Amino acid sequence: MMSTGQILAVILVTAGVTLFTRAAPFIFFGGSRPTPAIIVYLGRVLPPAVMAMLIVYALRDASLVSYPYGLPELMGIASVAGLHLWWRNTLLSIMGGTAVYMLAVQLIFA
Amino acid sequence: MPVRVHPFVLWRGAVFFKSGSAGGNPVKKAFYAAFPRTVPILLGYVFVGMAFGLLFVSNGYPYYWAALMSLLIYAGSMQFVALNFFIAPFGLMEIALITLLVNARHIFYGLSFVDKYKRMKRWRGYLVFALTDETYSLLCSQPAPQGVDEKRYFFCISVLDQSYWVAGTLAGALVGSRIPFDTAGMEFAMTALFIVIFIEQWLSAKSHTAALIGLICPLVAMAFFGKDNLVLPAMLLMTLALIALRAPIERGLAQGEDNAPSIPETTQADGGGDYGGGAG
Repeated sequence: MMSTGQILAVILVTAGVTLFTRAAPFIFFGGSRPTPAIIVYLGRVLPPAVMAMLIVYALRDASLVSYPYGLPELMGIASVAGLHLWWRNTLLSIMGGTAVYMLAVQLIFA
Repeated sequence: MPVRVHPFVLWRGAVFFKSGSAGGNPVKKAFYAAFPRTVPILLGYVFVGMAFGLLFVSNGYPYYWAALMSLLIYAGSMQFVALNFFIAPFGLMEIALITLLVNARHIFYGLSFVDKYKRMKRWRGYLVFALTDETYSLLCSQPAPQGVDEKRYFFCISVLDQSYWVAGTLAGALVGSRIPFDTAGMEFAMTALFIVIFIEQWLSAKSHTAALIGLICPLVAMAFFGKDNLVLPAMLLMTLALIALRAPIERGLAQGEDNAPSIPETTQADGGGDYGGGAG
């Protein structure tokens, strides 16, 4: 078991470095000088790319070669996409897809 | 510390929310606009936060350290990695380096807000501190509706998201082992949120090159670096690919601009029709 001081040190170092990663672009480009064009461009085009990356990352533990072969994830994704293309209602798509996924992992492929 | 912007703003928001009179109070309007959009994150953060709190106390440490981590660090995957710091001995330099690697993707998130936040002097500190994957996704996909003050709207989204994370952590650390229903799979809410935002961006974008780059690069990175180390190489690959293809992408974007703006930064203030419409 670590002492209070050790625990605090670990938390503060982790918090400080995390904050640094979030603040870095503002530290480097946030001054009064105009933001470089390449940074403005990346700021515009990164969001759709990052969103795709986060989807891949969130699904990284689904295995296609062993049971249940990624089927719960596939059912969840299909539900979200289907509901969303049909109704275009964000909350409905997310809650419906999550419900389908929970049913899949708890009941169907349990 | 980074959290320097009046916590009572949220409390005021909650009070006005209850009182129900639709006045012109900017905080109340921002809260009304923000809350429905954070509901998917409410589901995801409470559940994942609970998992974190539960795991943390299972190492034999008291609950309040878990809560402090969610208050000061506020980074989901990093906090799970940090669980290891409390089991085996790690040097502080080593901890700093691991944190830097796990969170390096955040360096790219702020790029989308550098210009915007120059106009948000007082609010910037907390907004930058609280820029998680999920908050980033909301802020760049769902701009403040017409007539809602953007600073307060961004702040409400950020502070609501963190409150879910802290509440989930506390719940997991205090009563996590006695939850009466099976929550397995609830974390899919966050994946679903990313999918919905991806679909919306796809439908409105004039150029799909960036989205495709975002699909391909993580798969390539996963093939080379394994599924648990894909994020940083994927981010670097994506950035390089976006820079290399800058000319065609900008041409594609410019072609669509006569019709409707497509990229979040230039999207018209959205009337709340597509996003969060179900919360009324």
